[in-house]
Amino acid sequence: MYRYDEIDQAVVDQRVAQFRDQVSRRLSGELSEDEFKPLRLMNGLYLQLHAYMLRVAIPYGTLSAVQMRKLADIARRYDKGYAHFTTRQNLQYNWPKLEDTPDLLAELASVEMHAIQTSGNCIRNVTTDQFAGVAADEIDDPRVYAEVIRQWSTFHPEFSFLPRKFKIALTGAPHDRAAIKVHDIGLIVRRDDAGNLGFEVVVGGGQGRTPMIGKTIREFLPKAYLLSYLEAIMRVYNQYGRRDNMYKARIKILVHEIGAEKFAQEVEAEWEQIRHTATDIPPEEEARVRSFFSAPAYRRFDGTDAGFAAKKLEDRAFALWVRTNVVAHKQPGYAIANISLKPVGKPPGDATADQMDAVADLAEQFSFSEIRVTHEQNLVLPDVAEADLYALWQRLRDHGLATPNIGLISDIIACPGLDYCALANARSIPIAQQLSERFSDLDRQHDLGELRLKISGCINACGHHHVGHIGILGVDRKGEEYYQITLGGAADEDAAVGEIVGPAVASDELTDAIENIITTYVGLRQNGERFIDTYRRVGRAPFKERLYDAG
Amino acid sequence: MDQIFTANRLTDGLVVYLTEAGDWSEDVNQSFVCANEDDLASYEKRAVEAAVARRIVEPYAIDVQRTAEGVRPVRYREVIRAFGPSIDYAPGAA
Repeated sequence: MYRYDEIDQAVVDQRVAQFRDQVSRRLSGELSEDEFKPLRLMNGLYLQLHAYMLRVAIPYGTLSAVQMRKLADIARRYDKGYAHFTTRQNLQYNWPKLEDTPDLLAELASVEMHAIQTSGNCIRNVTTDQFAGVAADEIDDPRVYAEVIRQWSTFHPEFSFLPRKFKIALTGAPHDRAAIKVHDIGLIVRRDDAGNLGFEVVVGGGQGRTPMIGKTIREFLPKAYLLSYLEAIMRVYNQYGRRDNMYKARIKILVHEIGAEKFAQEVEAEWEQIRHTATDIPPEEEARVRSFFSAPAYRRFDGTDAGFAAKKLEDRAFALWVRTNVVAHKQPGYAIANISLKPVGKPPGDATADQMDAVADLAEQFSFSEIRVTHEQNLVLPDVAEADLYALWQRLRDHGLATPNIGLISDIIACPGLDYCALANARSIPIAQQLSERFSDLDRQHDLGELRLKISGCINACGHHHVGHIGILGVDRKGEEYYQITLGGAADEDAAVGEIVGPAVASDELTDAIENIITTYVGLRQNGERFIDTYRRVGRAPFKERLYDAG
Repeated sequence: MDQIFTANRLTDGLVVYLTEAGDWSEDVNQSFVCANEDDLASYEKRAVEAAVARRIVEPYAIDVQRTAEGVRPVRYREVIRAFGPSIDYAPGAA
């Protein structure tokens, strides 16, 4: 876990006191809404359809059990007993009162958390692989670099007024679980031929109304130069990024307009000027930060636990859960346990305060008190002994947290949509609920295999529809909710933007339309092909034909 | 078209509607329905004054229909604002 030093804690405490004063001046009338709005947004407080919404930063998706319990406590005392995990590994409260927000932020600060830079045109919470530090396929732990970036980007004065918001993601493994190619900057940990650690630097990815896959501007950046190189990128963006049109202000537009090669030249030129003088990561600081993430005291196991293997044979429901929700761990005898927040018929990513408490308890009992949040809106216990998996699963089941559907069609990403969001054009959650009910049969889900279904309620694409194998975008057509379907998107190392399959469909026809697409896939798939494999092989035409000719 | 004024209350952000007496109610059925330009102008003035007086934030007028069940917003977005999320959303509060 990251740890606040005295400066971190002082800065966050001061910010709470400052915001308390601002709220009191707003309530007394000294500040108008126009004056106050930018101040509350700097503290993650939005005004949505029904109420204020507070977005809490969860640094690179890492939470301690103590923090999770505090988040549950806040949900009970300041909200309606639940909270929502987002596609940026953050957490949102949907019903906080303005007058309570300073107290709420003070509660967060007591567990080294805040809502700073979760809004506005600044560098947002850096995101990473939810399996960081434990993945079997990892080259190096990305949390070390994520923490360095967090410290560097927090209140960075030069980058607090960018042309638009800015999102950095990184992965320490070749298999990208953090969607790094659809971020403003994506970093992939690599080794050069001599075995030195560094990064492939990808720039200009993004979703929203102009989806782009990021371009590699440097194949290998030695790790010591991470900050000066990031600084060079930010400077080029700050100088050339458009400020006249918010729809063209993201770095992806700049990279697209001048070309990745020209952009890379600008960055290299800037970097050459600053690389010898700029702040970078001294080895002792890297070592200090790395020590935050040293491996816990693992028990020693020889080979696979016999009891675990036996339970899989005895209990089919457990075996199904293991198949989808349990992932290989780098440590022998350990496993990574995914906790699905996608039970059939429930809002994706929502958790009740009781469930959050249960996860905190289980993390303490089974996973060295650590929890991760995934960008797919699920939770992870990263360090579970195989011998404990059966007991963990039984406890998860008691709390409705053992849905065995990670990576399957019902593991749907959905934004809050028109049920909460002031920007939305259509609802997302009811669509996710209908689809998860239609495809609730577990045998069928497992037969369909990996299938990434993602739903956004507007073109801002918080629900990542552009990179869903099947993407659904809500649109408002003369006051009616319609849904546009895209196919063939992907968010991993083979990232791609989905293609629109045809005209949008009405909300009451959508579930059948998805069923139609699934049926087409099942008819076309060859041995072991996932949906995305089949789509890449046959293209859009057969799906389009079946979908629109049938009707 | 009949219109009413709506806003979010400053202190807690909840959706409120301007009543005939110039108060702000959480119940859309308590809203005063403006059926003519004069009503619209005078209630708009009250709404703006309420924003200045820090009772509410960002008031605006919405189209409504008067039905047997009461005042119903025309746009779906406003129906959701009036009656809450269309889903079973707050298990902790149930």
